Formats: sequence, C-alpha cells, structure tokens
Amino acid sequence: MKGLLNIVNRLKPSFSKGGKFGWLHSTFDAFETFLFVPGTVTAKGAHVRDCVDLKRVMSVMVLALMPALAFGIWNVGDQHSIAFGLEMTFWQKVWFGFLKVLPLIIVSYVVGLGIEFISAQIRGHEVNEGYLVTGMIIPLVMPVDVPLWILAIAVAFAVIIGKEIFGGTGMNIWNPALLARAFVFFAYPSKISGDTIWIEGLSGADKSLLADGFSGATPLAQLANGAGAQDLITTTGDHLSFMQMFIGNIPGAIGETSTIAILIGAVILIWTGVASWKIMLSCVLGALAIGLIVPDNVPVWYHLVMGGFAFGAIFMATDPVTSAQTECGKWIYGFLIGAMTIVIRVFNPGYPEGMMLAILLMNTFAPLIDYFVINSNIKKRAKRVAA
Amino acid sequence: MYICANFLLKIMLQNIRLKRGLDIPIAGNAEPTIKKSIIPDIIAVKPTDFRCLTPKLTVKEGDAVKAGSIVFIDKKRPEIGFASPCSGTVQAIVRGEKRKLLAVLIKSDNEIQYVDFGKKDISRLSADQVRKNLLESGLWAAIIQRPYGIVANPADTPKAIFISSFSTAPLAPDYNFTLKDETHNLQAGIDALKKLTKGNVVVGLRESDYATSPMYKLKDVVYYTFDGPHPAGNVGVQINHISPISKGEIVWTIDPVMLAAIGRLFNEGIYDTSKLVAITGMRAKERCYVKTLPGISMEQIAEFASSEEVELYGTPSQIRYISGDILTGENVGEKGYLGFYHNQITLISEGNYRECFGWAKPIRPKKFSLSKSYFSWLTPKKRYNMDTNLNGGQRAFVVTGLYEKVVPMDIYPVYLLKAILAEDIDKMEKLGIYEVIEEDFALCEYVCPSKIDVQEIVSKGIDLMIKEMA
Repeated sequence: MKGLLNIVNRLKPSFSKGGKFGWLHSTFDAFETFLFVPGTVTAKGAHVRDCVDLKRVMSVMVLALMPALAFGIWNVGDQHSIAFGLEMTFWQKVWFGFLKVLPLIIVSYVVGLGIEFISAQIRGHEVNEGYLVTGMIIPLVMPVDVPLWILAIAVAFAVIIGKEIFGGTGMNIWNPALLARAFVFFAYPSKISGDTIWIEGLSGADKSLLADGFSGATPLAQLANGAGAQDLITTTGDHLSFMQMFIGNIPGAIGETSTIAILIGAVILIWTGVASWKIMLSCVLGALAIGLIVPDNVPVWYHLVMGGFAFGAIFMATDPVTSAQTECGKWIYGFLIGAMTIVIRVFNPGYPEGMMLAILLMNTFAPLIDYFVINSNIKKRAKRVAA
Repeated sequence: MYICANFLLKIMLQNIRLKRGLDIPIAGNAEPTIKKSIIPDIIAVKPTDFRCLTPKLTVKEGDAVKAGSIVFIDKKRPEIGFASPCSGTVQAIVRGEKRKLLAVLIKSDNEIQYVDFGKKDISRLSADQVRKNLLESGLWAAIIQRPYGIVANPADTPKAIFISSFSTAPLAPDYNFTLKDETHNLQAGIDALKKLTKGNVVVGLRESDYATSPMYKLKDVVYYTFDGPHPAGNVGVQINHISPISKGEIVWTIDPVMLAAIGRLFNEGIYDTSKLVAITGMRAKERCYVKTLPGISMEQIAEFASSEEVELYGTPSQIRYISGDILTGENVGEKGYLGFYHNQITLISEGNYRECFGWAKPIRPKKFSLSKSYFSWLTPKKRYNMDTNLNGGQRAFVVTGLYEKVVPMDIYPVYLLKAILAEDIDKMEKLGIYEVIEEDFALCEYVCPSKIDVQEIVSKGIDLMIKEMA
C-alpha cells in the first residue's frame, strides 16, 4: 500500500494544474480518491466528520443491486435454454448469461463514466460517484438483446441530457437510468417491446428451433391482452403461478424479473438507510389502494411481482436526488407512483408497463410535492407571527 | 413537607423529550477533578470571539489594566465594552489583514487586581442600573441575542431570557460539577437578568440529573426539563420547543458559567470571569479540569497535551488545539488562546493521512458512522479516538432525510440552507433563519456524506440577515 501511495504521490505533480497532464487532473483525482481516502482535514465548521461519504453510499446501492444482477444473469441462460429446448446445467446457464450481460455492463460504464469524466474535466470538478449506481441500473432495466450501440446512445442521452446539463449528480430532475430506458422506448420502440426481445436470441430466430408451443410473451403483455390470473402462462404454455413470478424465472428485463432478489436488495437499502423505506412502502400501498378500486383481471398483488414494479419501487423511485426530499413528501410521492403504475397498466392497453412512466412523471412533480410540504411549515410559522 | 414540595416541583416540571439528534461517541471525557489553577501569563481578548463586532480600541500598548478595565468597545454600539479578565499591561495589539484587530494581548500580573464596581443589593437596583453595571464592567458581552447569536442590544427588552443548564456537546464539561459551589452567584445572576426582561427567565434542565444541578431550585425562574441526545442541551433547540422565535421577536440567552460571573459582579463587585475549563480529547494526557480565565494561551496548557508521537495509517499526526468542542469550537493552534465563551479545550489528532480503500472496506473498526453502511452500530458503547480527517470529498446534496434526523426542530434544514445559498432573504425568513445559529446545525455537518460546510452556510445566512435588516 505504501508503494502504491508513493507511485500516486510521484505522479501527482504532473497531473496537477500546471503539470504536463494538468488537463487530466479530475480524472487523476478520481482514480486517486478511489484508491486512497483524501488526506484532507477539516478546515472550517465541525472538526470531526462521520466516516461515511458518497462513495460508500453509492457502493452500498451497487451492492444492493447484486442479487438482482446475479439472478438476472442466471435467468438469461435459463430463459434461453427453455426457449430453445436446450439441456444446460446451472453453471452453463450462468456462464451463458454472464457472457450476454457483461458487454452491456461494460458499455454502460465505459460510455457513462467517459462522459462523466469529460464533463468533470471541463468543469474542473471532482468526478461524482453517482454514475456508479446509474451505470449498473441501466443494463438491468434493458432487454438482454438490446443492441450495444443503442445502449451506448441511450446512456449518452441519459448522462448528458438527463444529468450533466443540469449540473451533474445531485442537480438532475429525472432518474438518469429511467431516462435511458425511456429513450430506447421512444426512439427504438421495436427494441424494447414485443414478445421476442426479452429472451436472448429469440428475435429473428428460426422458429423451428424453438421448443414446442413456445411463446415469449411476458406476464404483463399477456395481461394487456386481457388474460386473467388463471390464463397466465409460462413461455412453454404451462400455468404461471404467482410464486413463479415472485421467484422470477420468467422473461423480462435482465434485473427486474425476480422479486425475491430485489427484496434482498431492499433489505440492504432499508437497513443501511441508503434508500427511503417510506417511498418503497407507500409505492406498494398506492398500488394496492388503486388496485382494489379499479376493475382488473388479476388480483392487485400480482402487479407487485410483474414487470418492473418491484425493481422500480426499490431502486428507482427511491433515488434520493429525483424523489421527493421531505419525509412527508416521500409518502405522497411513493403512493402516487404506485397508484399511477396500476392506472397505466389497467387502462392503457397499448403499453403494458406503467412503472417507468409513473416514476418519471412523479420525478417531475416531486419538487411540487415538496413545495406544498414546505409551504405548510412556512404557514405554521407565519401563523405564529400573526398570533 | 420537604418531600411534598419536591414532589410538587417535579410534577410541575414540564419534560420535553427529543428523539432526534446524536451523541457522537468520541473518547476523551474530562475526569471530574480539578488539577490546578493556572495563573495566566499572557491573556488575549479577541474581538473575533464576538459575531459581527467592529471593535474600537480603548487602550494602547504599554497601558496598565485591571480585571474589568475595558480594552475595546463596539464601534456601532459604543456603550458595549469588552474587558480584560486579568490585571497587567497591554503587551501587544495583534492585527491581521487590512489592519483588522485580532487580539489585545495582556501580560498578566501574578496577583490579579480588580476594578471595584462595588457590591450591590440587586433587589434595590432598577433595570437601568443593572444594565449600566453590566455595560461598565464588560460583562454585557456575556448576553447573547437570538436571532443571530450576537451580543445583545442594551436598548432591547427581550421577550424572555433562556439558559440551558447543561451541555450535550461532545466531551462537554459537566456544569453540575463546575458550578456546584456557585448557587448564590447563579441566583444573583438570575435576579439581575430578571430585571431586564418583561417575560420569564427560563432554565432548561436535563431530565436525568436535574436534581443535582446547581441551577435547580433557583428562585424566579421557569423550569423545563429536556431529555435526548445532542443537541438537546443547545439553548436554541430548547427555545424552539418552549417558545420559537418569530420575526420581530428578540430573546436573550446566556451560558450558565457567564451567569455565575454576572452574579459575582453584583455579589463581590468585581469582574471575575475565572472558570473551570475542561481539558478533553484523546491527545490530552491528563483529562481534567483547570481553573483559569478566558483568553489564556494554549501554551500554558501544553503540559496537559500528550508528548507521544502518534502515527495514523503510517502518517505522523500533529495535535489540533480546539478552543471549544469538536462541533463548534475554533482551531486555535498550539499558540492560540481560549475563546471568551468556551469552557472546554479539546485536543485531537490531525487526520492528514491517506487510508487505502477506506470507503470500500467492509468494516473500519476504528471509525464511527451513524450510517449503518458501516458496522459501528454493533458496538453502541464503544468510544472512538476521532481525528480531523474529512473522510471523503465534497459533493452536491444527494442523500435526503439525514439532516432531519439530527435537527430536533420544526425546520427543514436542507431547504433553509438552499435558501441561504440562493441569498433569498424572504425564503430564509419563512423557513426559520431566526430560530437557528450555527451550533444548532453542527450535527448536520458532522453526518453529511457530501461533506458540505453547513455551519459556514448558516453563518453566511445570518450575516446576510444582519446586513439586510440593519
């Protein structure tokens, strides 16, 4: 470690302002602080500070995504083997999925971090850790067959338009990962909807290779076509149970299918306090409340395990930057996301998934919700003056 | 009869339970022993101890002064004087950039000579006489006005006067110990202050041990008890729960140690600001109390500092000399001077080391975090040897809901801070700038993962308000 520190210290002058590579100082700084916590001491205010920093917070979020990622990798292999009727061992499925998912993750990080580094460099800021989380979420909400070039464009759009033009992490209005998905949805709709894109190798595949009676429709797509709880089928045509959707070996975006893996992540997030349990809970309550009122083919709790609901409620609605920031506002914000999702899913036959748009919509309204919460505090204070 | 009265008093006490806040588990409390009386060598009277003060000198180098002689006054409010705590000769006038007056250094006599202000029977004094006495002696500076945390304006009549009888700050001195023989002075202080307000003198007691407080059983005061973690002992937090400050209202606050000094002024006729100062922090080799005066040099407490060489993560670590506590104190350096209001000196390690993959380590047993992303919650009783490392880099506001956990007031800290950053006076007012000073938000700064200098922002906001409202 001492040797490494010496190397860093030796390199530092040429990467500092005025040095040979002075124009790369943000980049150097990012790698330096990645390796070593800065030796900065407190200059003003409190002399002692808590040892938590944004790097830690962000790494906890990435850690919380790991169960969903791991399950997603296996599921990519599993769905593939089911679709093509292949006999694959557990590790073969994992390896297959790994080879398919890894390029997505690499593209997401290389493109996203590249842009982050460049904009930090231009602004002369330190590189912010926010993208470490976004860069992991983006592949997890994409279909496994999404072309890498589309992914790259989506990431660039999300980072530049979604974040950097507002001033970087902490300043953005919409969740960048969702913007990436929304971008693909609107710009390349055929790549993110339909029955063939959710399973690796299915689009354009020779139908004769597929297993007998195979259908790639996700449960949500079946629902949009008017299926009830009894009519839901697996890709091979068997009855699809609630439990199977809860476990998650069904077609869907890489990280969103397994509610149980997502819940493990939720436990990590709630326990460490990194994401708000209030948003998660109110999101579920909102969905249940609306689901009980509107007429629907399936019991409302089915919605909680279908599509991106769980993933969205746990990992995306809770993004601290784009969600409501007041504690009371969080309840309202989460509730409306849940409610809106069900409304979209039930009443919009053209588009089976509602989570993405519900969150983006509420991201837009989060400042307004906070405004009303804050205003009630202001009014209380004003009343005191009047009294 | 006595038990009955006690019981009545107890049920009359209104307890306010604060849930939000944090007791930072730093090691290095002072043992309740008085190791020595330090006879000052050089004393500094520092205008920088007082917010927004433009000082005007009234002495020059070589002048002889007594304890209670005014050495500078407030240029804008010349009736407010600031006195020398000891007798001796003015050795130097220290100035900084643009000739800003930083300190008046006084070479102290071995035996302190006091200006005689005459013993007074407070009950026979009018409000004006009390005010005059305090102004003349330099003890007026002990009275702080809220909003803004500046020295009170003698022309005002405050809505009430608030005193917190305990401090919950990290490693704070125990007033139950330092003031245990001061009850009659405290009472005299209360009697004097009572003349200056139309409202009450309100004393905040600590729920757990109020019965042993020297502030308990004073006459002519209204009591509230508080329990909960820091900042429950901050007078600003207590005011916020008893009677929050609205626009146009003025209340005064005073530290109990200063209250005793006011009592002494009337009981004995002298400006005697001697006090027990706690020497705390893990770089102090003897953690104890010393009897001394405000303005004493850190060089005179050097004997209490550890001479051991300390290495943190392979980097040698100096000692940071803090006048005050780790949240709100001032880094004065080893040649600095104790602040006027400070009852504590904290010696901790400088943290200018580089920890390899610090943020990525699953556990960091030597570090404390309120966040459960580390595992210090497993050892709630453990006390930590803390240092001054920032533990990260500065970022924009990201995590939400964290500041609220450590601010037990009906205030939205982040929104107030953003209003200050935007210099939006109207918003600041609406969001409660009148109710806070830096110390009330100090914990936000401690817990902030984005390492935002919260106290500096609050300070900027208050300065802006003072400027706009003037």
